[in-house]
Amino acid sequence: MHHLEIVDLKASYGDLPVLEQISLTVDKGEIVCLIGPSGSGKSTLFRVLMGLLPPAVGEVRLDGQAIDYGNKKAVRAIRDRFAIVFQQYNLFQNMTVLQNVTVAPVKVKKSKAAEVEREAKELLAKVGLADKLKSYPDELSGGQQQRVAIARALALRPEILLLDEVTSALDPELVNEVLDAIRLLAAEGMTMFIVSHEMGFVREVSSKVVFMADGRVVEVGSPNQIFDNPREVRTREFVGKILRH
Amino acid sequence: MFARIIEEAPTFFTYYNGLLLMEAMAATFMLSAVGCVIGFGAGFFLAVARRTTSLGLLPLRVSTFGFVEAFRRIPFLVTLMLVFFIFEIVKIDISLFSVALISVCLIATAFIAEIIRGGLESVHQTQWDTAAAMNFSLAQTLIYVIMPQAWKIILPPVFSFFILFIKDTALASQIGVVELTYAGKILNNKGFSAALVFGSILVLYFVISYPLARFGVWMESRLASSRNR
Repeated sequence: MHHLEIVDLKASYGDLPVLEQISLTVDKGEIVCLIGPSGSGKSTLFRVLMGLLPPAVGEVRLDGQAIDYGNKKAVRAIRDRFAIVFQQYNLFQNMTVLQNVTVAPVKVKKSKAAEVEREAKELLAKVGLADKLKSYPDELSGGQQQRVAIARALALRPEILLLDEVTSALDPELVNEVLDAIRLLAAEGMTMFIVSHEMGFVREVSSKVVFMADGRVVEVGSPNQIFDNPREVRTREFVGKILRH
Repeated sequence: MFARIIEEAPTFFTYYNGLLLMEAMAATFMLSAVGCVIGFGAGFFLAVARRTTSLGLLPLRVSTFGFVEAFRRIPFLVTLMLVFFIFEIVKIDISLFSVALISVCLIATAFIAEIIRGGLESVHQTQWDTAAAMNFSLAQTLIYVIMPQAWKIILPPVFSFFILFIKDTALASQIGVVELTYAGKILNNKGFSAALVFGSILVLYFVISYPLARFGVWMESRLASSRNR
């Protein structure tokens, strides 16, 4: 049984179909990377998984159990088990770094404040921001904000961490500090589902690469297969274009 | 003119005239205060109701939209007449003051709902989504994430509306509610000079609205700084 299994998923924004037919799996401890041209539906897939966009057809199964996205309770349960980091960090602008990390565990999960704070400080130290606890998001660089967002997601103790193009809004010199934080998590065995355009990074960390285009999964394979021996023409074209420069 | 005012003053500032003015001021104050408080509470509810998404709440959204758009467009005086005659038609006997009170609440609710809606919209959708993805309830999202960022958009226009609104309650005199403006007319008709009477009325309006304006400034400094330090 797969940890997360997506079966024939379709979703649309109003009349505009975005996900045509998605089937893929994520196992415990795996790092699955989604690649593909922009507009292929990668971020939308994450929105569907988080219950921010209801799927039209298809199923998402967690540990074999189908998730009913029409049911509020089921959606809440899912959001307890997944955490997402967005491309634009989306830190709460009115809160300090520390508050951003602690607010959900304390206010939503009702965990003990002192414990949460201790853990939050550890997480922030881990992503290299131990000295920024009292700073506000607009005082930080993009890379620092994104690392706060990662710490915030981890504080929720998710079973699966979804990372949605977490480096694409960053200046090139800031990309590595964020990738390093993710590498650290990978080394710890965190299950991650990653959308990324950093092909070198994808190749290095992923256990499985999924190539998506036009709302469909075109090819799934090991990093070596996708980057060196793609079976599908579309994959070959995409990878060829990306790796050429 | 000043000579006349000074000459008239002892006969004007009598106990009974003072009582009339104080009662009228109390009426104006009550209409304004109740209108502002109920208007803010109900307006907040309507603004939040318009942001709901579930299909079951569609009737709520539609009626909220209808209410806000209608009452923002009907002149205050017409609303006043409307409420007045509706109670006439259904033969429920309520005081003129209650008619005025209901009218000010309707108007204030519609206007403040729109101001608050603007404030809620000013906070980027991604902040709502992020909170939702972290399992914040609607109330938690509003309290911890949205309102701290929306106050600075909401407070200035809300307080300028409040101030305008205090003056608008003068229209209640049109259905015979004795509030400040009406009391002014009464005293003016009694033969006191307009300068003295309406000068006093002006001061009393100021006494009500100035503390409110200061309160607005204080609220802004407390809530609407870009951060809640």
